[in-house]
This record gives sequence, structure tokens and C-alpha cells, in this order.
Amino acid sequence: MKQATAADLRTLAQDHPVFAVKEIVDKHIESKGAAIPILQEIQNVFGYISPELLRRAGEFSGIPVNELYSIVTFYAQFRMEPTGEHLIQVCHGTACHLAGAERITESIQFETKAGPGKTSDDGMFTMEKVACLGCCSLAPVLTIDEETYGKLSPEKVRKIIKDVRRKNPEHSASKGDNESA
Amino acid sequence: MHDKQYRVKVGLATCGIAGGAAKVYQILKDRLQESGIEVERTGCIGMCYNEPLVEVIEADGQSYLYGNLEPEDSLHIVDEHIEKGKPVRNLLVLGRSAETDDQTFLEKQRRILLKNCGHIDPEEIQSYIDADGYKGLRRALEQMTPESVIEEIKQSGLRGRGGAGFPTHLKWGLTRQADGAQKYIVCNADEGDPGAFMDRSVLEGDTHSVLEGMLIAGYAIGASIGYVYIRAEYPLAIRRLKIAIKQAEGKGLLGKNILGSNFSFELFIREGAGAFVCGEETALLMSIEGKRGMPRFRPPFPAQKGLFGCPTSINNVETFANVPRILHLGASAYNQLGTEESKGTKVFALAGKIRRGGLIEIPMGTTINEIVFDIGGGISTGKPFKAIQTGGPSGGCIPAELGDTPVDYESLKKIGAIMGSGGLLVMDEETCMVDVARYFLSFTREESCGKCTFCRAGTHQMLKILERITQGEGREEDVDLLIELAEKIKAGSLCGLGQTAPNPVLTTIKYFRNEYDAHVKEKYCPAKKCKALITYEIDPEACTGCTLCARNCPVDAISGMKKEAHVIDQSICISCGLCINSCKFDAVTVSSKPKQLV
Repeated sequence: MKQATAADLRTLAQDHPVFAVKEIVDKHIESKGAAIPILQEIQNVFGYISPELLRRAGEFSGIPVNELYSIVTFYAQFRMEPTGEHLIQVCHGTACHLAGAERITESIQFETKAGPGKTSDDGMFTMEKVACLGCCSLAPVLTIDEETYGKLSPEKVRKIIKDVRRKNPEHSASKGDNESA
Repeated sequence: MHDKQYRVKVGLATCGIAGGAAKVYQILKDRLQESGIEVERTGCIGMCYNEPLVEVIEADGQSYLYGNLEPEDSLHIVDEHIEKGKPVRNLLVLGRSAETDDQTFLEKQRRILLKNCGHIDPEEIQSYIDADGYKGLRRALEQMTPESVIEEIKQSGLRGRGGAGFPTHLKWGLTRQADGAQKYIVCNADEGDPGAFMDRSVLEGDTHSVLEGMLIAGYAIGASIGYVYIRAEYPLAIRRLKIAIKQAEGKGLLGKNILGSNFSFELFIREGAGAFVCGEETALLMSIEGKRGMPRFRPPFPAQKGLFGCPTSINNVETFANVPRILHLGASAYNQLGTEESKGTKVFALAGKIRRGGLIEIPMGTTINEIVFDIGGGISTGKPFKAIQTGGPSGGCIPAELGDTPVDYESLKKIGAIMGSGGLLVMDEETCMVDVARYFLSFTREESCGKCTFCRAGTHQMLKILERITQGEGREEDVDLLIELAEKIKAGSLCGLGQTAPNPVLTTIKYFRNEYDAHVKEKYCPAKKCKALITYEIDPEACTGCTLCARNCPVDAISGMKKEAHVIDQSICISCGLCINSCKFDAVTVSSKPKQLV
């Protein structure tokens, strides 16, 4: 049988999250050291790893949940809470630090109302500080939803955030309701 | 239209894409669709400071490199150069009649490892094969025994490019001699040093060279399985690796009985999950095994007991990429380059306050001044060159006075720095060295895995001290305390992370003690960077009352009427510096003196 792609799994996850976890576990369990690839795919499909997903992953894989938990809390990549609609990663590598990453972080916080590691109250933005995005010649750098922006200034940040907001005109604070519905 | 006489290439590595190259690529592709000219994709050309870059090659091979392009510029190039045969001189950065001095960026470089980066299409195996690709592997399999491959690597003088400089042939030899039916090759592509992107560029621009190096290593040590452990933060490199593996399998260069020999090799990719410590080899192995990436005691070394308990050779991306070159050129040609103890070339990521930042490759032994001034074109801000930082959080800061130091493993070690994996951060007068030390410590404190007490608690304490120094609350004894802690952390840590974490602090104290003293004793930041020690003011003579700064101030600390001089309320000001950035009349000044809060 053909292996399920991330897109297939995402579709499956919407109606049958437990089945999706089962699929993911089955896909990786045969290979050695499967725990991390399993968790990575769960996060990829669900956006984050909730305690419930962790419990299911343990159940299907036979890997003790405490071991999975120890991995999730060790590696910076794993998230145990959902992110906002847009994920902003601000580079704090050395070149970006020298070029004023701190100031960029402040202006993002000012524009989005999301502090480092936090999601804004309207659920629209999550801001993360990251170690290095490897675009040092374009410092300071940030990515929004995997699109990279370089040579930033506070003014440029303001414009970028404004553009993102403009692309979501009908967005309102009701996102939380949609999710629970 | 001179159709088909031209070749057009666009640099599409991560930094190029971030600089807008993907848009340029799409526009060129659409525009040239009907002319029959295929727009080619290539990796990092190295001139990150000029991204996006487009190369136009004429029928006679003459190359023209255009840089700093806006999307509409690319159409202009098509109209003028490709349709009328007239190069657009004002957009040229390299090539006949270019008006810039960018040629000097390349003159002192020797691009052996990067020879394909920015020239071949990394997503096409044939493009690599046409550039002498897989000839090294063919030579190894058809003409050499595993022992003679290791001997050739020994003759070449190749040392580990991950930073420590351990001789590669020793690692391979030990793994070959170790008992065990199953052996592994692991490629360390967990390039975690902030400010380093050499491995990413090689993986994105010349993917197959890393594969070929791993295959040769596998043959040499008798391994049949390899893993590439790569940062998840490098999605493009991962994608290209997957493509390369598939293509190599299709050509019989990976899998069973490679090139008709008895040698079989399988390759797997493992994505790192964001832990700096996993760059350490034993931690990396733990991570591949699906555990927390915590280093373990050595011996046994991975060469004896590595991945899943089997003999394993772990080498860095750049080390592997060197191997096909060595086998193809021959060790005696390769070891002509470099110094007595450090052979060959080294790739560096040049960044920071430098005019021409990018990916560079120099013969070992090139001096720091040559890198900064000849290749890098000097300091971007026009201020004096102050220091260069090598080796990221494990390395040291080298002052401008030592600019004559040759870049090789031994010379850098002698002055308290390390070669490191290849990050070079240039700093100018406006960089506060205490703040730099604080920055690196905040990084290592965060990334310490917590296993060794000295590393876990010691980096925390060092950071606390550095923070209070930068906040103007430093105590007389603080610098001595930092040195004492640093020595204990070095001695009391199991792995390289802890053993080297204090280096940025020790070297900045060694070479920039006066800056520490200024912060501690005079509560003064000479570089005017430490927020708690600086004051922003508006010069009433220069201020035109344009209100721009007041509108930009995030805390409304600036007041004043239109067309009248503005004033900053120091009790509200958070020293973010937005005002100085926004002022068009240089009316905002920054000075360092203890802040007088009202």
C-alpha cells in the first residue's frame, strides 16, 4: 500500500485524529529510532502535540508516554500548544543580534501584541525567537509562515504585518469559536 | 532575437530566495518561455550581499553576473542583453565591463569545494556528473582498496571541518579496524552555530558531492548504511537531499552493487529537532536513536561503539564534500594548498558588519585582514574594524590588532579562538564586546542539555553576572568571578558544548578588558549599546519638529509641537532606539552615561 502523504494525513486528522495518529505510527514504527520521526510527523499534521495526541502515540507505538514526553520537552522544535494563524520566527543568530534583532522583536511585539513565545489575544500571530535561519547576509531576518524577509527595520516590520493583516480582512477574534465548533 | 545563444541561471539557495530570487526566476521563466531559453536553477553563488543574482552566459562562454535585482530589472536584462545583445552595465556585478569592484571578492578565494555551487543545477544529477561528479567514487571502487582510500585521505591531510580538526583518516581507520558486522556512516549536518551557513549552502548547491563523499567513506570503512542528520530548519536542503538520493538510486550509484562492484550502500535522512547540543557526536547518535540528545562519556568512541552500538564514523558535511575532490584531483594536488598542518581550503560564512558578506572559500593560511578587507571589502558601516568572531558560541573574539593571524587550526588555537565550523562574524566599533559575550552565554545557557552541573548551573551564573554588568550593576569582583567560573565549567563538562561555552567570555576579557572595566567601574558602555547605560536625546538645534520620531515612539515618550523641537521624557523612554532610526535630520543623539531617572 502507498504510504500516506502529509496532505492525506491532514485530511484524515480533521475527522479522525486517532486514526491519523495510528497511520503515522505505522508509517515509522518499523525503522530504528522511530520516536522522533513519529513526533515530528504528528506535529506536522496537527500543528502541535497535545497531551491526548502524545498518549495515543504512546499507545500505538508501545513507546512509554514518559519517554515521548521527555523528547518533546527536550527539543526546541516541538510545541505543546497550538500556534496562532501566522507563525513569525525572528532570527536571533549572531549576525541578526548585531544588526538589532532585539529591536525587531520589540517592534513585532508592538505591532502584533504577541510577545516572544506567545500568541496574540486575537489568535492571529505567534512569535518565536529562533537561533539562526542562516540568512546572515540579510540580517536582521524573520520568517512569517516560512516566507523569509530580510534587511528589516522597524518600519519594514510594520509594513509586513500590515500586509499580512490585509490579506485576512474578514479575520476577527472569533477564530477560537470556529475551532471549538 | 539571438535565441538559444544564451544561458540564464538564477541562484536559488535559501538566502537567494529570501532576497527575492524566486520572484526573479518566475518572471524570467515566463518572459523567456517562448524564446526557447530555459532558465536554469543553481545554488549559492556566494555573493549573498548581491542577491538576487542572475547569470547570463553568451554563446562564447562569456559570463555576465547581474546582482541586486528588483523584479523589473530582470525584464530589462531580457530586453537589452538577450534581445539586443547589449549587457546592462549598471546592473552588472561581474563580467566584462562591470563597473563594480566585486571581482576582488573572488580574487583571493580558491573555490575547490564550492566549484559547483552556483554553477550546476543541484536538482539534476547529470549536471553534477558533467562537472566530474562521481569520478572519485568510480576511482575508489574500480581502482582502489578501502585501505588505499584511507591512505589517500591521509596523504591529503584532510582534517575534520566541523571545527575540531581531527584527522579524517584516523577516524576512518579506527572505524574500519573496529569489530562489528554492521558499521555506519553519519553525516553531521546539524549546523547549529548561529551565524554559520556553509553546510546549508553546500547541501543546497552541490548536494551530490556530500552523497559521493559518504559513499566513498562507506566503502573505505566497510559500512553499508549511512544517515544524514540535518537540521529541520533547512527545508530546502532536505528536499534537495531527497531528490539527490532518488536520482543516485536511479543511476545505480546508491543501493545494491554500486557501479557493478560488491559495494552496497543505503542512505537515510534524519531531521534534527532543534537542539544545538546534537552537533556533538554522541548526542547526535542518541538523537538518531530516538532519544533525548544528551552526550555520553567517551571512550568508547563512536568508532568503536557508535550508532545502535555499532562502529560509526561521523563526519561533517564539508569534510564529506572534500572527499570526492581529493580522490578526483589526487592527494598530492590537494595538499599543495594550505599550510603545513592545515591542508586544503576552508569554507566560511562571512557576515556581520561587513560590506560583502557571503559564502567564501579560502586556502588555509589566509590572514584575517585579507578576509575582512580584500574579500569582504571592509566594514559596512564605515566605522573602524574592531574584532572578528570565529566558531560561534564555542569560539572566540579576535581583536583587529591580531588581523595578521593566518586562519589555520593551530594559529587560531594559539590566540584563544578556534577554527570552528566556519562562521565569521565581523564587528565594528559600535559593537559592545560585553554584550556579545552576554549574547553567546544566553545561547549556551539555553542549549545546555543539563547533564553536567557545571555547564547547566555555571553558564546560568555566568549569564547572570554578564547581565548585571550590562545593566550597570556590575561589581568590582565580577570579572575575576567570570574567569573562575569559566575555568571550572571547562574542566567540569563532559562534552564540547560546556568545554567551550566560556570561550567567548574569556577571549573578550583577554582582549577587551577595558570594556568590562568601563561597564563595571564607570557604568559606561563605550559602544553605546547597553540599553541601561545609554540615553537618547534630541538636539533642539537640529530638530525640525517633523513629529516623525514622536509618531514612531512605541511608549509615547516624545512630545513637542509641530515645527518645534521635541523632547524625550527620560522617565518613560525604554531606549529602543526607534527615534534615532526614524530621524531624517540626525537630531537624535545617543550618549552613554548613567541614566538619571526622575
